[in-house]
Amino acid sequence: MVVLASVLGVFDISLDKLSNGELWLAQFFRGLSDGATYASVALALVMIYKSTGFINFAQGSLALLGVYLAYIFSVEQGLPVALAVACAMVASAVVAAFIERVFIRPFPPDHVLPLVIVTLGLLLIIDSAVGIVWGFRTRSLPSMFPSGAPIEWGIAQLTWRTIGNLGTVFAVVGLLYLLLSRTKVGLAFRAVSSNLESARLVGIRVGPTLGFGWALAAAIGTLGGALVVPDLLLEPSIMLRVLIFSLAAAALGGLDSLVGAVIGGLVVGLARNLLVTFLDLSELALATAVAVILVVLLVRPTGLFGSTTVERV
Amino acid sequence: MSTVYLEVAGLKAAYGDIQVLHGIDFSVDEGQIAVILGANGAGKTTTLRALCAMVSTEGSIRLAGEELAGHRTADIVRRGVAHVPQGRGTFPELSVEENLMAGAYVRSDAEVRADIKQWYETFPVLGERRTQAAGSLSGGEQQMLAIARALMLRPSLLLLDEPSLGLAPMITRALFEQLTAINADAGTTMLVVEQNAALALGVADVAYVLEAGEMALSGPADELAADDNVRRAYLGY
Ligand SMILES: Nc1ncnc2c1ncn2[C@@H]1O[C@H](COP(=O)(O)OP(=O)(O)OP(=O)(O)O)[C@@H](O)[C@H]1O
Ligand SMILES: [Mg+2]
Repeated sequence: MVVLASVLGVFDISLDKLSNGELWLAQFFRGLSDGATYASVALALVMIYKSTGFINFAQGSLALLGVYLAYIFSVEQGLPVALAVACAMVASAVVAAFIERVFIRPFPPDHVLPLVIVTLGLLLIIDSAVGIVWGFRTRSLPSMFPSGAPIEWGIAQLTWRTIGNLGTVFAVVGLLYLLLSRTKVGLAFRAVSSNLESARLVGIRVGPTLGFGWALAAAIGTLGGALVVPDLLLEPSIMLRVLIFSLAAAALGGLDSLVGAVIGGLVVGLARNLLVTFLDLSELALATAVAVILVVLLVRPTGLFGSTTVERV
Repeated sequence: MSTVYLEVAGLKAAYGDIQVLHGIDFSVDEGQIAVILGANGAGKTTTLRALCAMVSTEGSIRLAGEELAGHRTADIVRRGVAHVPQGRGTFPELSVEENLMAGAYVRSDAEVRADIKQWYETFPVLGERRTQAAGSLSGGEQQMLAIARALMLRPSLLLLDEPSLGLAPMITRALFEQLTAINADAGTTMLVVEQNAALALGVADVAYVLEAGEMALSGPADELAADDNVRRAYLGY
């Protein structure tokens, strides 16, 4: 009892909070909403991991660039937000394809370490470039979804934004699944990830296939960024923080599983909101993401749905 | 008279600094089956990889008179060269059927489905396991899949690297009967690397013997089968 009391004391847990059903529900909805945003960036990470066997650390930076473009298109050029995001997705896909062609393709695709180092370098370069071009002041990007909440129970609101975030992620997973399982380019993509040499031997052009993966992942990452940023503020380090939560989501889901990325994202989103609210851990929110990654690495390196171990990172 | 289909001259190949092929010459006539024999490490696999631009090479490789050297693997495949690599030739995470579809990746005709059906008839075990992941098949079943996958290209030149590896003797014999039938029906030119020298020499028209990256012997398969050195070294009697 003494131990329990002191634990409660350390974490400043109040029984009032714990017995407040509406607060639970409110945090549950917020967790799902955050989780959906982590999931969408995690999907982008998983797409690259599936095909190449490494984590593209520049993924968050490409999304950052995409979100800034969405900001330019919507706030500065006056396009409707959804259209601006769509344009930004295309633009970031083009940039990603270019980066893949120039910085990634010269390296043999089966030597992971140089590639990981290149993506880390790209992360630093893109993030600083964004800072130089757009400065470090914060901006706000409007959400693609209407404000307000169709369903409310006291302080617990199921907002249009939560519904939109979740709907977007499920739509992205569904479309990715169809693309990968029903189309020729999807078959090529999976063949490359399964056996590089045999993929070449059936005539698949490996470079362009991986370039396509980069472009697609950048578009998905930009979409994920456009879901995240309205909840926060747009500034050059924003996606780095999101990337850590998404990395935790992807590791939890198993790194090479699309469904795993979504479930991992939702779990991380929920865990984060509940821990922050009930244990008052707001300063440690990032640490909880790192803790998730560590626990997965220690307890179950293949994650919940993955087929390969995380050690290839 | 038969025409030369594959003509290799002065072929060298290296892995980094290690030179493995020291300038070999050989040729295969259109519609023929050629076999390459040689001890472990002689460079047989490297020779087949060199033909598909999967190792850095020097020298000339002509297919139907056109130079292949300098082209990339994916382009060589588009010229009708199918390669069953030694060992793992499948996509383990993909289903059996998806493996076959991947084999027809460069084709755009309407007969891909019909061809898949045909290979299910030839290798019934593949038909039974069409939705199963290729990686869950037995070694022999995977070898059949790798061969069927290569044939899905409707190749004009089929390169086979130890097709009998891991197959039971009876299956191996059946496989070689299949290969001779395909060779007779479709006129597919074949270049086979095989440890089972007796069987390979039995179906082949010409034979080559590689020793430490040099072509040591060559000639009609029946003549080599009668050669004392070949008999002692590869046929074991
Ligand atoms: N990836 C590689 N890197 C370096 N050396 C290699 C590589 N692959 C093969 N070698 C070397 O090249 C030589 C020829 O190898 P190769 O695989 O062509 O032989 P092989 O005739 O096919 O033998 P086996 O009958 O055992 O399959 C060997 O000495 C081998 O050690
Ligand atoms: Mg070999």
